[in-house]
Amino acid sequence: MNKPMRRVGIAMITMVVLLLANITYIQVVKADDYRTDSRNRRVLLEEYSRQRGSIVSQFNGQVLADVTDTDDKLKFERHYINGPMYAPVTGYYSVRYGSGGIERAEDDILNGSDPRLFVRRLSDMVTGRDPRGGSVQLTINPAVQQAVYNLMSSKGYTGAAVAMNPKTGEILAMVSTPSYDPNELASHDSTAQQEAWTKFTDDPSNPMINRAISETYPPGSTFKLLVAAAELENGATASTPVSNAPNVKLPGTNTTLENYGGQTCPGTTFKDALAHSCNVPFATFAGELGADKLRETAANFGIGTPLSIPLSVAPSDLGEMDSQGALYQSGIGQRDVRLTPLQDLMLSATIANGGMAMKPQLIKSLLGADLSETLETFSPEELTGTPALSKENAAVLTDMMLASEANTKGGGKRGDIQIASKTGTAEHGTDPKATPPHAWYTAFAPAADPQIAVAVIVESGGNRGLAATGGTVAAEIGRAAINAQLGGG
Amino acid sequence: MSQPPLSEAAAIYASNPQRELPTRRGTELAMLGFAAFIVTCAFVLVQANQEQELSWAVVWYGLAYLGLFAIAHAAVRRWAAYADPLILPCVALLNGLGLVMIYRIDLANAEEATRAGEDFAADAPKQVLFTALALALFLAVLVLVKDHRTLTRYGYTAGLVGMVALALPALLPSSLSEVNGAKVWLKLPGFSIQPAEFAKILLMIFFASFLVAKRDLFMIAGRKVFGVELPRARDLGPLLIAAAVCLLVLVFEKDLGTSLLLFGIVLVMLYVATERAIWVVTGLSFFVVGCLIAYQLFTHVEQRVANWIDPLATYSDPGGGYQIAQGLFGLGTGGIGGTGLGAGRPEIVPESNTDFITAGLGEELGFVGLAAILVVYLLLATRGMRSALAVRDTFGKLLGCGLSFTIVMQVFVIVGGVTKLIPMTGITTPFLSYGGSSLLANYILVALLLRISDAARRPSQKPRPKQPQQQAPLAEAHTVMVQRPPAGGNATGEPTA
Repeated sequence: MNKPMRRVGIAMITMVVLLLANITYIQVVKADDYRTDSRNRRVLLEEYSRQRGSIVSQFNGQVLADVTDTDDKLKFERHYINGPMYAPVTGYYSVRYGSGGIERAEDDILNGSDPRLFVRRLSDMVTGRDPRGGSVQLTINPAVQQAVYNLMSSKGYTGAAVAMNPKTGEILAMVSTPSYDPNELASHDSTAQQEAWTKFTDDPSNPMINRAISETYPPGSTFKLLVAAAELENGATASTPVSNAPNVKLPGTNTTLENYGGQTCPGTTFKDALAHSCNVPFATFAGELGADKLRETAANFGIGTPLSIPLSVAPSDLGEMDSQGALYQSGIGQRDVRLTPLQDLMLSATIANGGMAMKPQLIKSLLGADLSETLETFSPEELTGTPALSKENAAVLTDMMLASEANTKGGGKRGDIQIASKTGTAEHGTDPKATPPHAWYTAFAPAADPQIAVAVIVESGGNRGLAATGGTVAAEIGRAAINAQLGGG
Repeated sequence: MSQPPLSEAAAIYASNPQRELPTRRGTELAMLGFAAFIVTCAFVLVQANQEQELSWAVVWYGLAYLGLFAIAHAAVRRWAAYADPLILPCVALLNGLGLVMIYRIDLANAEEATRAGEDFAADAPKQVLFTALALALFLAVLVLVKDHRTLTRYGYTAGLVGMVALALPALLPSSLSEVNGAKVWLKLPGFSIQPAEFAKILLMIFFASFLVAKRDLFMIAGRKVFGVELPRARDLGPLLIAAAVCLLVLVFEKDLGTSLLLFGIVLVMLYVATERAIWVVTGLSFFVVGCLIAYQLFTHVEQRVANWIDPLATYSDPGGGYQIAQGLFGLGTGGIGGTGLGAGRPEIVPESNTDFITAGLGEELGFVGLAAILVVYLLLATRGMRSALAVRDTFGKLLGCGLSFTIVMQVFVIVGGVTKLIPMTGITTPFLSYGGSSLLANYILVALLLRISDAARRPSQKPRPKQPQQQAPLAEAHTVMVQRPPAGGNATGEPTA
């Protein structure tokens, strides 16, 4: 009986060896696949309990988001300073609902898994310190962000404003109102988190949408900057004569397109047409230039270039423009033309930068955990490499925009700052004449040496309803941004 | 771990059984101390990693653990002085690690419950209580079964009781027998038990005594078919009926794990008793056919197989691979070195303190730790097997072999299931997983193993009136069965049952 028993003994050893071989396969060979599987909550939970890096401003290192110690199992809780003001930039970071904004775009740096933090992690391991995430330094100027946010939220506007340095593409402010408080989503109390999420997502005003880059709007008259650039490149000059007729019949239809308020244009030159935002000349220009020319110029302004700043930006588009009538309407930024506020900003920023579009960017540099070590610094980059218009024509257009600013009402004007601007009042909705229009303002300053370009949209007329115009509603906000950047204010 | 020591040792004991042997109780005590040290370290690590101050729980659990195994050790000293010195320490280590893991999962679940504002009942104190009960049974077996050979007298009784116990949950209404879809329970007021855990041991006693009694009949009496000696149907009858009843009952209870386990045990015991590999071949063929039939007939079998082939693909199906996938994620996260005790997330896997406790241990102790645990099981089983080889009576050999094999077979079925080596079948991990029935039954198993190893190593210098062959009257038969009688002419060989 001993012989079969020894064989059974061998069988037992074989069974255990099989198990050992199998766990070797699972825990050694396949371990990485299982560990990094998106359905493996352990990695996520571990990450949530690591000290996450900060989000700071490049201006005097002001902290926008950091962590506070907690005594629960996830040792650190995300804390946003001025949460609602910076929410469109920082985004949110929630155990339950994931992340958004910079929190998501730069997650690898912030959570410390980026390979560039590896050396630091090694030394942490040796010194026995818990690994920490790296920090992200933003291009945001808190002064500008604050000025714009305070103004827009105090007036109860729904809209967005975005400002950048036209020479570098550094985004100085990105505001979207109404906003939400990401602190509520970062709570470790899962009920509080859940309630906040429901509150934000059920809110009809969509506070969690970053209107500056995620929404597209008809740009209205601000689009005339693009048409004007194309026309100048096509050989026109500031004094090219234009029609001052109050309206024009759309080719191939019985519909007429009229100037704002049905008025006769107060001037008969190209410059006057932009300064007074007359619709008829620009509709005609668009018709003459044709879809291809408009698209080419648009492309040089960045429209159609997929953009990540590194938050992904919704694509802007000119629409089909498949008939003369459609071209006429597109020429004044209506019909199917849809721009994000950021793209609208790029119209004036490109002109400010002598015709060359710069790549907008939100991140100045990536830093180590203690902010002393720089992992990567971003330098200015041209967006397309092809100028949208020549330096000379940019100067001509700047001059026209100065005249436009002179005709624009609204608060915040200061004698000591030369602003070049363009307003827009864009119809939208199914019944455009009865729906309060979107108020637009895009500008840069100082005109001679542009330091800041800005675009503002206030949805549906802000507090002025049907009577709203870009000048009366949006201009004030844009000027507040400019004043904040250039000092005083 | 290797084979030579087994045979060497056996050779020594067989050739020179009269030699004065040390009892090795001191070794056992030292090894128990070592196990206690490891378990204490594990406890402290869990508490440190859970960021709690060292609480009184460590002291209470530690004292309970030390107390229980001190009693067990004293009992072995008193009633099985020559027993193998490694068996109890292996059990103590496994039981202690299981307790640590159950306590650790309690901490995680308690925190989850506080966060959700629910009440939470910890499992670890209950497991300590079960361990105490199990050790009481362990003691009772050591005291009552002074000589394992007396068990042969109760062979058929054990078989009958075992089968009834096995069948009971299938016969009872679901309200009295079903928990979480498995109809394997016996719900009594106040507590529930899984009778199959105990039936497994009773059936082993039955098989061992039956096979020993019929051994020679199997080997000699019968027809030659294709050159193979087949036993007569009436000799094989009770065995076939028992095996069939077991399997049928388990099919109705949807308890594939126990079914697989029992099948493996029967096969091995039959093989050892008859020394014929043909039994294994026939058994495995039947098994394959049975599997194919079950796969066609039962959707839950089909589902298990699908989950086994790719648990990630059936991840979100109802009854799909979610649990196995989570277990694999845990094992993968643990990797080679593990996350450290108390620093992983074993509670994410459903049933993490019962069926999937090895996934949790693999996550926190890593491949190294899990491999060590498997080796401890192997050590435990090979020590048992070694005792079985050394013991002088065939009943003891067969029973010891069955008991030892059961340990490894259980581990193979459950750990293989958790690690996707074989399809998952619900079964407990001996000594590690939470649950009273399993712990109680496995301690009885260990007590029997200790009893056999005590018999194997006990020097026979005391003038005990022992003639093993006479003490096992059922085994007498073989002395008269020298020649093949004419067909149907043998009445003397029939046992009384």
